[in-house]
Amino acid sequence: MGAESSLRNRFERGLAAPICLTWELTYACNLACTHCLSSSGRRDPRELSTAEAKALIDEIAAMQIFYVNIGGGEPMIRRDFFELVEHAVNQHVGVKFSTNGTRIDEGAAKRLAGIDYLDIQISIDGADAATSDRIRGAASYDHARRAMDNLMEADFGQFKISVVMTRESIEQLDDFESLAKNFGAELRLTRLRPSGRGVEVWNELHPTLEQNRRLYKWLKERPNVLTGDSFFHLSALGSPLEGLNLCGAGRVVCLIDPVGDVYACPFVIHDEFLAGNVRDAGFGAVWTNSSLFRSLREPGNPGACASCGSYDACRGGCMAAKFFTGLEMSDPDPECVFGHGETALAAKQVSIRPISSPDHSRRVPVTLVAR
Amino acid sequence: MSLTTTDAFDASKYWQLSEMVSLRDEEFGALAYHHVNRRLVFLKSRELVEIVRHLGDFECADDAVRALTPADQHDRYVTALGALEKSALIRGR
Repeated sequence: MGAESSLRNRFERGLAAPICLTWELTYACNLACTHCLSSSGRRDPRELSTAEAKALIDEIAAMQIFYVNIGGGEPMIRRDFFELVEHAVNQHVGVKFSTNGTRIDEGAAKRLAGIDYLDIQISIDGADAATSDRIRGAASYDHARRAMDNLMEADFGQFKISVVMTRESIEQLDDFESLAKNFGAELRLTRLRPSGRGVEVWNELHPTLEQNRRLYKWLKERPNVLTGDSFFHLSALGSPLEGLNLCGAGRVVCLIDPVGDVYACPFVIHDEFLAGNVRDAGFGAVWTNSSLFRSLREPGNPGACASCGSYDACRGGCMAAKFFTGLEMSDPDPECVFGHGETALAAKQVSIRPISSPDHSRRVPVTLVAR
Repeated sequence: MSLTTTDAFDASKYWQLSEMVSLRDEEFGALAYHHVNRRLVFLKSRELVEIVRHLGDFECADDAVRALTPADQHDRYVTALGALEKSALIRGR
Protein backbone atom coordinates (compact mmCIF):
# COMPACT_ATOMS: atom_id res chain seq x y z
CA MET A 1 0.00 0.00 0.00
CA GLY A 2 2.87 2.36 0.90
CA ALA A 3 4.58 1.65 -2.39
CA GLU A 4 1.30 2.18 -4.28
CA SER A 5 0.67 5.57 -2.73
CA SER A 6 4.23 6.74 -3.37
CA LEU A 7 3.79 5.67 -7.00
CA ARG A 8 0.59 7.66 -7.14
CA ASN A 9 2.44 10.69 -5.80
CA ARG A 10 5.00 10.29 -8.58
CA PHE A 11 2.22 10.18 -11.16
CA GLU A 12 0.69 13.31 -9.71
CA ARG A 13 3.99 15.08 -10.37
CA GLY A 14 3.81 14.08 -14.02
CA LEU A 15 5.67 11.70 -16.30
CA ALA A 16 8.25 12.14 -19.08
CA ALA A 17 5.43 11.49 -21.56
CA PRO A 18 1.75 10.58 -21.18
CA ILE A 19 0.85 6.98 -20.38
CA CYS A 20 -2.08 7.41 -22.60
CA LEU A 21 -2.84 10.05 -25.13
CA THR A 22 -6.26 10.76 -26.56
CA TRP A 23 -6.34 12.18 -30.06
CA GLU A 24 -9.60 13.33 -31.55
CA LEU A 25 -8.90 12.93 -35.27
CA THR A 26 -11.81 14.98 -36.52
CA TYR A 27 -14.75 17.02 -35.29
CA ALA A 28 -16.78 15.64 -38.18
CA CYS A 29 -19.47 13.16 -37.13
CA ASN A 30 -22.44 11.51 -38.78
CA LEU A 31 -24.20 11.26 -35.43
CA ALA A 32 -25.14 13.99 -32.97
CA CYS A 33 -25.11 12.31 -29.55
CA THR A 34 -26.65 14.47 -26.89
CA HIS A 35 -23.73 13.98 -24.47
CA CYS A 36 -20.85 14.44 -26.97
CA LEU A 37 -17.75 15.52 -25.01
CA SER A 38 -16.28 17.34 -28.00
CA SER A 39 -19.49 18.95 -29.33
CA SER A 40 -18.73 17.29 -32.65
CA GLY A 41 -20.60 17.44 -35.93
CA ARG A 42 -18.90 19.65 -38.49
CA ARG A 43 -15.37 19.12 -39.74
CA ASP A 44 -13.01 21.94 -38.77
CA PRO A 45 -11.30 23.29 -41.90
CA ARG A 46 -8.08 23.75 -39.90
CA GLU A 47 -7.90 20.00 -39.18
CA LEU A 48 -4.35 18.54 -39.23
CA SER A 49 -3.38 17.40 -42.74
CA THR A 50 -2.29 13.83 -43.42
CA ALA A 51 1.37 14.94 -43.43
CA GLU A 52 0.95 16.81 -40.13
CA ALA A 53 -0.86 13.87 -38.57
CA LYS A 54 1.91 11.50 -39.65
CA ALA A 55 4.58 13.82 -38.24
CA LEU A 56 2.67 13.84 -34.95
CA ILE A 57 2.59 10.03 -34.95
CA ASP A 58 6.36 10.01 -35.55
CA GLU A 59 6.82 12.23 -32.51
CA ILE A 60 4.51 10.04 -30.42
CA ALA A 61 6.62 7.03 -31.41
CA ALA A 62 9.86 8.86 -30.56
CA MET A 63 8.47 9.80 -27.13
CA GLN A 64 7.64 6.12 -26.58
CA ILE A 65 3.99 6.77 -25.94
CA PHE A 66 2.87 3.16 -26.16
CA TYR A 67 -0.60 3.69 -27.50
CA VAL A 68 -3.06 6.38 -28.49
CA ASN A 69 -6.79 6.48 -28.04
CA ILE A 70 -8.21 7.79 -31.27
CA GLY A 71 -11.63 9.35 -31.25
CA GLY A 72 -13.52 12.29 -32.68
CA GLY A 73 -16.05 13.03 -33.97
CA GLU A 74 -16.21 9.80 -35.88
CA PRO A 75 -12.57 9.01 -36.72
CA MET A 76 -13.41 6.63 -39.57
CA ILE A 77 -14.89 9.56 -41.49
CA ARG A 78 -11.38 10.83 -42.22
CA ARG A 79 -10.33 9.59 -45.65
CA ASP A 80 -6.82 8.88 -44.39
CA PHE A 81 -8.08 6.94 -41.35
CA PHE A 82 -6.53 3.60 -42.34
CA GLU A 83 -3.36 5.28 -43.58
CA LEU A 84 -2.85 6.96 -40.20
CA VAL A 85 -3.68 3.87 -38.16
CA GLU A 86 -1.26 1.79 -40.23
CA HIS A 87 1.42 4.49 -39.92
CA ALA A 88 1.08 4.26 -36.13
CA VAL A 89 1.04 0.50 -35.69
CA ASN A 90 3.96 0.08 -38.11
CA GLN A 91 6.04 2.02 -35.57
CA HIS A 92 4.72 -0.02 -32.65
CA VAL A 93 2.40 2.74 -31.47
CA GLY A 94 -0.71 0.80 -30.50
CA VAL A 95 -4.06 2.27 -31.51
CA LYS A 96 -7.33 2.00 -29.68
CA PHE A 97 -10.09 3.82 -31.44
CA SER A 98 -13.63 4.71 -30.48
CA THR A 99 -16.27 4.55 -33.14
CA ASN A 100 -20.02 4.61 -33.52
CA GLY A 101 -19.60 1.66 -35.87
CA THR A 102 -21.49 3.16 -38.81
CA ARG A 103 -18.47 2.80 -41.10
CA ILE A 104 -17.59 -0.78 -40.13
CA ASP A 105 -19.13 -2.63 -43.04
CA GLU A 106 -17.92 -6.10 -44.07
CA GLY A 107 -14.98 -4.74 -46.04
CA ALA A 108 -13.81 -2.38 -43.28
CA ALA A 109 -14.15 -5.15 -40.69
CA LYS A 110 -11.88 -7.41 -42.76
CA ARG A 111 -9.30 -4.66 -43.16
CA LEU A 112 -9.38 -3.89 -39.42
CA ALA A 113 -8.96 -7.56 -38.60
CA GLY A 114 -5.71 -7.57 -40.56
CA ILE A 115 -4.04 -4.86 -38.47
CA ASP A 116 -1.96 -5.83 -35.42
CA TYR A 117 -1.85 -3.72 -32.25
CA LEU A 118 -5.34 -2.43 -32.94
CA ASP A 119 -8.15 -2.23 -30.44
CA ILE A 120 -11.69 -1.06 -31.20
CA GLN A 121 -14.34 0.41 -28.93
CA ILE A 122 -17.88 0.49 -30.25
CA SER A 123 -20.10 2.95 -28.43
CA ILE A 124 -23.67 2.31 -27.43
CA ASP A 125 -25.63 4.02 -24.69
CA GLY A 126 -28.32 1.51 -23.96
CA ALA A 127 -28.72 -2.26 -24.08
CA ASP A 128 -31.68 -1.84 -26.44
CA ALA A 129 -32.29 0.41 -29.43
CA ALA A 130 -34.86 2.62 -27.73
CA THR A 131 -32.61 3.52 -24.78
CA SER A 132 -29.45 3.93 -26.84
CA ASP A 133 -31.07 5.90 -29.66
CA ARG A 134 -32.51 8.45 -27.23
CA ILE A 135 -28.91 9.56 -26.68
CA ARG A 136 -27.22 8.69 -29.97
CA GLY A 137 -30.00 9.21 -32.52
CA ALA A 138 -32.35 7.05 -34.58
CA ALA A 139 -30.92 3.80 -36.02
CA SER A 140 -27.56 4.30 -34.28
CA TYR A 141 -27.97 1.20 -32.12
CA ASP A 142 -28.68 -1.03 -35.12
CA HIS A 143 -25.61 0.33 -36.90
CA ALA A 144 -23.44 -0.38 -33.86
CA ARG A 145 -24.79 -3.91 -33.58
CA ARG A 146 -24.15 -4.53 -37.25
CA ALA A 147 -20.56 -3.33 -36.79
CA MET A 148 -20.17 -5.86 -33.94
CA ASP A 149 -21.58 -8.61 -36.17
CA ASN A 150 -19.17 -7.66 -38.95
CA LEU A 151 -16.15 -7.66 -36.62
CA MET A 152 -17.12 -11.05 -35.29
CA GLU A 153 -17.70 -12.37 -38.81
CA ALA A 154 -14.27 -11.03 -39.89
CA ASP A 155 -12.67 -12.79 -36.92
CA PHE A 156 -11.29 -9.52 -35.56
CA GLY A 157 -10.92 -10.99 -32.09
CA GLN A 158 -11.82 -9.27 -28.87
CA PHE A 159 -13.18 -5.74 -29.19
CA LYS A 160 -14.70 -3.47 -26.58
CA ILE A 161 -18.25 -2.29 -26.07
CA SER A 162 -18.18 1.17 -24.51
CA VAL A 163 -21.10 2.62 -22.58
CA VAL A 164 -21.52 5.95 -20.82
CA MET A 165 -23.32 5.52 -17.51
CA THR A 166 -26.51 7.54 -17.48
CA ARG A 167 -29.53 7.37 -15.21
CA GLU A 168 -31.08 5.05 -17.82
CA SER A 169 -28.15 2.88 -18.93
CA ILE A 170 -27.03 2.23 -15.37
CA GLU A 171 -30.22 0.21 -14.89
CA GLN A 172 -29.07 -2.17 -17.65
CA LEU A 173 -25.68 -3.22 -16.29
CA ASP A 174 -26.43 -6.93 -16.41
CA ASP A 175 -27.77 -6.64 -19.96
CA PHE A 176 -24.53 -4.97 -21.11
CA GLU A 177 -22.59 -7.75 -19.47
CA SER A 178 -24.56 -10.40 -21.39
CA LEU A 179 -24.28 -8.48 -24.63
CA ALA A 180 -20.50 -8.27 -24.28
CA LYS A 181 -20.34 -11.94 -23.42
CA ASN A 182 -22.33 -12.88 -26.53
CA PHE A 183 -19.82 -11.08 -28.72
CA GLY A 184 -16.78 -12.29 -26.76
CA ALA A 185 -16.18 -8.59 -26.16
CA GLU A 186 -14.87 -6.65 -23.19
CA LEU A 187 -17.24 -4.23 -21.48
CA ARG A 188 -16.07 -0.70 -20.79
CA LEU A 189 -18.13 1.73 -18.72
CA THR A 190 -17.34 5.41 -18.42
CA ARG A 191 -18.67 8.35 -16.53
CA LEU A 192 -21.15 10.85 -17.99
CA ARG A 193 -19.47 14.23 -17.84
CA PRO A 194 -21.03 17.66 -18.19
CA SER A 195 -18.51 18.46 -20.93
CA GLY A 196 -19.24 19.53 -24.51
CA ARG A 197 -22.93 19.04 -25.31
CA GLY A 198 -23.08 16.94 -22.13
CA VAL A 199 -23.60 20.16 -20.21
CA GLU A 200 -27.13 20.29 -21.56
CA VAL A 201 -28.15 16.79 -20.46
CA TRP A 202 -26.05 16.22 -17.35
CA ASN A 203 -28.64 17.47 -14.85
CA GLU A 204 -31.29 15.02 -15.95
CA LEU A 205 -29.03 12.12 -16.94
CA HIS A 206 -26.24 11.85 -14.39
CA PRO A 207 -26.68 8.88 -12.02
CA THR A 208 -28.30 9.39 -8.63
CA LEU A 209 -26.34 8.81 -5.42
CA GLU A 210 -28.11 5.50 -4.97
CA GLN A 211 -27.30 4.41 -8.54
CA ASN A 212 -23.64 5.33 -8.08
CA ARG A 213 -23.49 3.20 -4.94
CA ARG A 214 -24.92 0.26 -6.87
CA LEU A 215 -22.46 0.86 -9.72
CA TYR A 216 -19.52 0.85 -7.29
CA LYS A 217 -20.62 -2.46 -5.83
CA TRP A 218 -21.22 -3.95 -9.29
CA LEU A 219 -17.75 -2.87 -10.46
CA LYS A 220 -16.07 -4.18 -7.30
CA GLU A 221 -17.55 -7.60 -8.09
CA ARG A 222 -16.29 -7.40 -11.67
CA PRO A 223 -12.66 -6.27 -11.80
CA ASN A 224 -12.52 -7.27 -15.48
CA VAL A 225 -14.99 -4.58 -16.52
CA LEU A 226 -12.93 -1.67 -17.84
CA THR A 227 -13.56 1.89 -16.72
CA GLY A 228 -10.61 3.97 -17.95
CA ASP A 229 -10.21 5.07 -14.32
CA SER A 230 -13.48 6.92 -14.83
CA PHE A 231 -15.09 6.34 -11.46
CA PHE A 232 -12.35 7.09 -8.96
CA HIS A 233 -14.72 9.56 -7.29
CA LEU A 234 -16.68 6.46 -6.17
CA SER A 235 -13.63 4.95 -4.43
CA ALA A 236 -14.60 7.00 -1.36
CA LEU A 237 -17.31 4.35 -0.84
CA GLY A 238 -14.76 1.76 0.32
CA SER A 239 -11.68 0.08 -1.08
CA PRO A 240 -10.36 1.62 -4.31
CA LEU A 241 -11.67 0.51 -7.71
CA GLU A 242 -9.26 -0.93 -10.29
CA GLY A 243 -6.93 1.66 -11.80
CA LEU A 244 -4.67 4.48 -10.69
CA ASN A 245 -7.48 6.32 -8.89
CA LEU A 246 -6.27 9.79 -9.62
CA CYS A 247 -7.02 12.69 -11.93
CA GLY A 248 -4.42 12.22 -14.65
CA ALA A 249 -5.05 15.53 -16.42
CA GLY A 250 -1.75 16.97 -17.68
CA ARG A 251 0.09 14.43 -15.51
CA VAL A 252 -0.36 11.07 -17.18
CA VAL A 253 -2.97 11.86 -19.84
CA CYS A 254 -3.93 14.67 -22.18
CA LEU A 255 -5.94 15.34 -25.30
CA ILE A 256 -4.92 16.49 -28.78
CA ASP A 257 -7.87 17.86 -30.72
CA PRO A 258 -8.33 17.73 -34.52
CA VAL A 259 -6.65 21.10 -35.09
CA GLY A 260 -3.65 20.18 -32.92
CA ASP A 261 -4.71 22.00 -29.76
CA VAL A 262 -3.54 20.19 -26.62
CA TYR A 263 -5.91 20.11 -23.63
CA ALA A 264 -5.34 18.67 -20.15
CA CYS A 265 -7.76 15.78 -20.66
CA PRO A 266 -10.50 14.59 -23.04
CA PHE A 267 -13.19 16.18 -20.86
CA VAL A 268 -11.96 19.76 -20.78
CA ILE A 269 -12.06 21.15 -24.30
CA HIS A 270 -12.16 24.73 -23.06
CA ASP A 271 -9.74 27.69 -23.33
CA GLU A 272 -9.01 27.48 -19.62
CA PHE A 273 -7.42 24.04 -20.07
CA LEU A 274 -5.64 24.69 -23.37
CA ALA A 275 -1.91 23.99 -23.01
CA GLY A 276 -0.68 24.79 -26.53
CA ASN A 277 -0.72 23.55 -30.12
CA VAL A 278 1.36 20.81 -31.73
CA ARG A 279 1.85 23.01 -34.82
CA ASP A 280 4.09 25.41 -32.85
CA ALA A 281 7.02 23.38 -31.54
CA GLY A 282 5.59 19.87 -31.52
CA PHE A 283 3.72 17.90 -28.90
CA GLY A 284 6.70 17.17 -26.63
CA ALA A 285 7.33 20.87 -26.04
CA VAL A 286 3.72 21.37 -24.95
CA TRP A 287 3.78 18.33 -22.66
CA THR A 288 7.00 19.38 -20.96
CA ASN A 289 6.82 23.15 -20.91
CA SER A 290 3.17 24.18 -20.75
CA SER A 291 2.62 26.38 -17.71
CA LEU A 292 -0.86 24.88 -17.34
CA PHE A 293 0.51 21.33 -17.19
CA ARG A 294 3.25 22.40 -14.81
CA SER A 295 0.68 23.86 -12.46
CA LEU A 296 -1.47 20.70 -12.65
CA ARG A 297 1.60 18.73 -11.52
CA GLU A 298 1.89 20.80 -8.33
CA PRO A 299 0.47 19.18 -5.17
CA GLY A 300 -3.32 19.58 -5.15
CA ASN A 301 -5.22 21.66 -2.66
CA PRO A 302 -7.95 19.60 -0.94
CA GLY A 303 -10.00 22.80 -0.47
CA ALA A 304 -13.47 22.09 0.92
CA CYS A 305 -12.58 18.38 1.13
CA ALA A 306 -9.68 18.90 3.57
CA SER A 307 -11.71 17.80 6.58
CA CYS A 308 -13.20 14.74 4.85
CA GLY A 309 -11.63 11.43 5.83
CA SER A 310 -12.06 10.09 2.29
CA TYR A 311 -10.04 12.71 0.44
CA ASP A 312 -7.18 10.28 0.02
CA ALA A 313 -9.53 7.84 -1.73
CA CYS A 314 -11.25 10.18 -4.21
CA ARG A 315 -8.78 13.10 -4.38
CA GLY A 316 -11.70 15.51 -4.64
CA GLY A 317 -12.95 13.88 -7.84
CA CYS A 318 -13.02 15.04 -11.44
CA MET A 319 -11.77 18.49 -12.44
CA ALA A 320 -13.98 18.58 -15.55
CA ALA A 321 -17.12 17.58 -13.65
CA LYS A 322 -16.55 20.45 -11.23
CA PHE A 323 -15.66 23.01 -13.88
CA PHE A 324 -18.61 22.40 -16.18
CA THR A 325 -21.15 22.35 -13.36
CA GLY A 326 -19.93 25.76 -12.23
CA LEU A 327 -18.08 24.54 -9.14
CA GLU A 328 -14.63 25.70 -8.05
CA MET A 329 -11.61 23.38 -8.20
CA SER A 330 -11.56 23.52 -4.37
CA ASP A 331 -15.17 22.26 -4.20
CA PRO A 332 -16.15 18.59 -3.93
CA ASP A 333 -17.01 16.60 -7.05
CA PRO A 334 -20.66 17.30 -8.02
CA GLU A 335 -21.27 13.55 -7.63
CA CYS A 336 -19.45 13.25 -4.28
CA VAL A 337 -20.71 9.99 -2.77
CA PHE A 338 -21.46 11.74 0.52
CA GLY A 339 -23.64 14.35 -1.17
CA HIS A 340 -21.22 17.23 -0.47
CA GLY A 341 -21.21 18.13 -4.17
CA GLU A 342 -24.96 18.49 -4.29
CA THR A 343 -24.80 20.73 -1.24
CA ALA A 344 -22.09 22.84 -2.87
CA LEU A 345 -24.14 23.15 -6.08
CA ALA A 346 -27.29 24.07 -4.15
CA ALA A 347 -25.38 26.72 -2.19
CA LYS A 348 -24.47 28.62 -5.36
CA GLN A 349 -26.86 31.55 -5.64
CA VAL A 350 -25.98 31.97 -9.28
CA SER A 351 -24.76 29.05 -11.29
CA ILE A 352 -22.50 30.02 -14.13
CA ARG A 353 -21.69 27.03 -16.28
CA PRO A 354 -18.86 27.38 -18.75
CA ILE A 355 -19.64 26.06 -22.23
CA SER A 356 -16.92 24.21 -24.17
CA SER A 357 -15.13 26.83 -26.24
CA PRO A 358 -14.99 25.20 -29.66
CA ASP A 359 -18.45 23.99 -30.68
CA HIS A 360 -18.68 22.00 -33.90
CA SER A 361 -22.28 20.86 -33.43
CA ARG A 362 -24.34 20.72 -36.58
CA ARG A 363 -26.87 23.48 -36.81
CA VAL A 364 -29.53 21.07 -38.04
CA PRO A 365 -29.91 17.71 -36.29
CA VAL A 366 -28.95 14.75 -38.45
CA THR A 367 -31.07 11.75 -39.22
CA LEU A 368 -29.34 8.49 -39.85
CA VAL A 369 -31.16 6.42 -42.43
CA ALA A 370 -31.12 2.69 -41.85
CA ARG A 371 -29.84 0.81 -44.88
CA MET B 1 22.06 -23.23 -6.90
CA SER B 2 19.14 -20.89 -7.39
CA LEU B 3 18.79 -17.95 -5.01
CA THR B 4 15.07 -18.35 -4.60
CA THR B 5 12.52 -20.45 -6.39
CA THR B 6 8.92 -19.31 -6.57
CA ASP B 7 6.16 -21.55 -7.89
CA ALA B 8 6.22 -20.21 -11.38
CA PHE B 9 9.60 -18.62 -11.82
CA ASP B 10 12.89 -20.45 -12.18
CA ALA B 11 15.77 -18.00 -11.82
CA SER B 12 18.33 -20.67 -12.64
CA LYS B 13 17.19 -20.54 -16.26
CA TYR B 14 17.78 -18.13 -19.10
CA TRP B 15 15.32 -15.23 -19.39
CA GLN B 16 15.09 -12.16 -21.60
CA LEU B 17 12.87 -9.13 -22.16
CA SER B 18 10.08 -10.06 -24.57
CA GLU B 19 10.37 -8.40 -27.98
CA MET B 20 6.67 -7.55 -27.63
CA VAL B 21 7.54 -5.14 -24.81
CA SER B 22 8.58 -1.49 -24.89
CA LEU B 23 10.35 0.06 -21.91
CA ARG B 24 10.23 3.78 -21.20
CA ASP B 25 12.45 5.33 -18.55
CA GLU B 26 10.73 7.41 -15.90
CA GLU B 27 11.93 9.16 -12.76
CA PHE B 28 10.70 6.27 -10.59
CA GLY B 29 12.11 3.50 -12.80
CA ALA B 30 10.29 2.64 -16.01
CA LEU B 31 6.98 1.92 -17.63
CA ALA B 32 6.74 -1.32 -19.56
CA TYR B 33 4.05 -1.95 -22.12
CA HIS B 34 3.22 -5.30 -23.67
CA HIS B 35 1.91 -4.64 -27.16
CA VAL B 36 -0.08 -7.84 -27.45
CA ASN B 37 -1.73 -8.36 -24.06
CA ARG B 38 -1.80 -4.52 -23.68
CA ARG B 39 -0.64 -4.65 -20.09
CA LEU B 40 1.07 -1.62 -18.62
CA VAL B 41 3.49 -2.50 -15.84
CA PHE B 42 5.38 -0.17 -13.50
CA LEU B 43 8.97 -1.06 -12.72
CA LYS B 44 9.52 0.76 -9.49
CA SER B 45 13.29 0.89 -9.26
CA ARG B 46 16.18 1.71 -11.57
CA GLU B 47 17.97 -1.49 -10.52
CA LEU B 48 15.03 -3.57 -11.69
CA VAL B 49 15.02 -1.70 -15.01
CA GLU B 50 18.72 -2.45 -15.47
CA ILE B 51 18.18 -6.12 -14.69
CA VAL B 52 15.28 -6.39 -17.11
CA ARG B 53 17.15 -4.58 -19.86
CA HIS B 54 20.27 -6.76 -19.58
CA LEU B 55 18.63 -10.02 -18.54
CA GLY B 56 19.29 -11.61 -21.93
CA ASP B 57 23.04 -10.95 -21.65
CA PHE B 58 23.37 -13.43 -18.78
CA GLU B 59 23.27 -17.21 -18.70
CA CYS B 60 20.48 -17.16 -16.14
CA ALA B 61 18.36 -14.70 -14.14
CA ASP B 62 20.32 -15.44 -10.97
CA ASP B 63 23.54 -14.29 -12.63
CA ALA B 64 21.92 -11.04 -13.73
CA VAL B 65 20.57 -10.32 -10.26
CA ARG B 66 23.94 -11.18 -8.64
CA ALA B 67 25.85 -8.95 -11.02
CA LEU B 68 23.55 -5.94 -10.82
CA THR B 69 22.26 -5.73 -7.24
CA PRO B 70 23.64 -5.90 -3.67
CA ALA B 71 23.46 -9.32 -1.98
CA ASP B 72 20.79 -8.39 0.56
CA GLN B 73 18.46 -7.36 -2.28
CA HIS B 74 18.69 -10.50 -4.40
CA ASP B 75 15.53 -12.17 -3.15
CA ARG B 76 13.27 -9.24 -3.79
CA TYR B 77 14.55 -8.80 -7.34
CA VAL B 78 14.03 -12.47 -8.12
CA THR B 79 10.49 -12.12 -6.76
CA ALA B 80 9.98 -9.06 -8.96
CA LEU B 81 11.17 -11.00 -12.01
CA GLY B 82 8.65 -13.69 -11.15
CA ALA B 83 5.88 -11.09 -11.30
CA LEU B 84 7.15 -9.87 -14.67
CA GLU B 85 7.15 -13.41 -16.00
CA LYS B 86 3.50 -13.75 -15.00
CA SER B 87 2.68 -10.64 -17.08
CA ALA B 88 4.67 -12.08 -20.01
CA LEU B 89 7.11 -9.16 -19.95
CA ILE B 90 10.05 -11.52 -19.86
CA ARG B 91 10.30 -14.85 -21.63
CA GLY B 92 12.53 -17.92 -21.68
CA ARG B 93 14.45 -19.23 -24.64
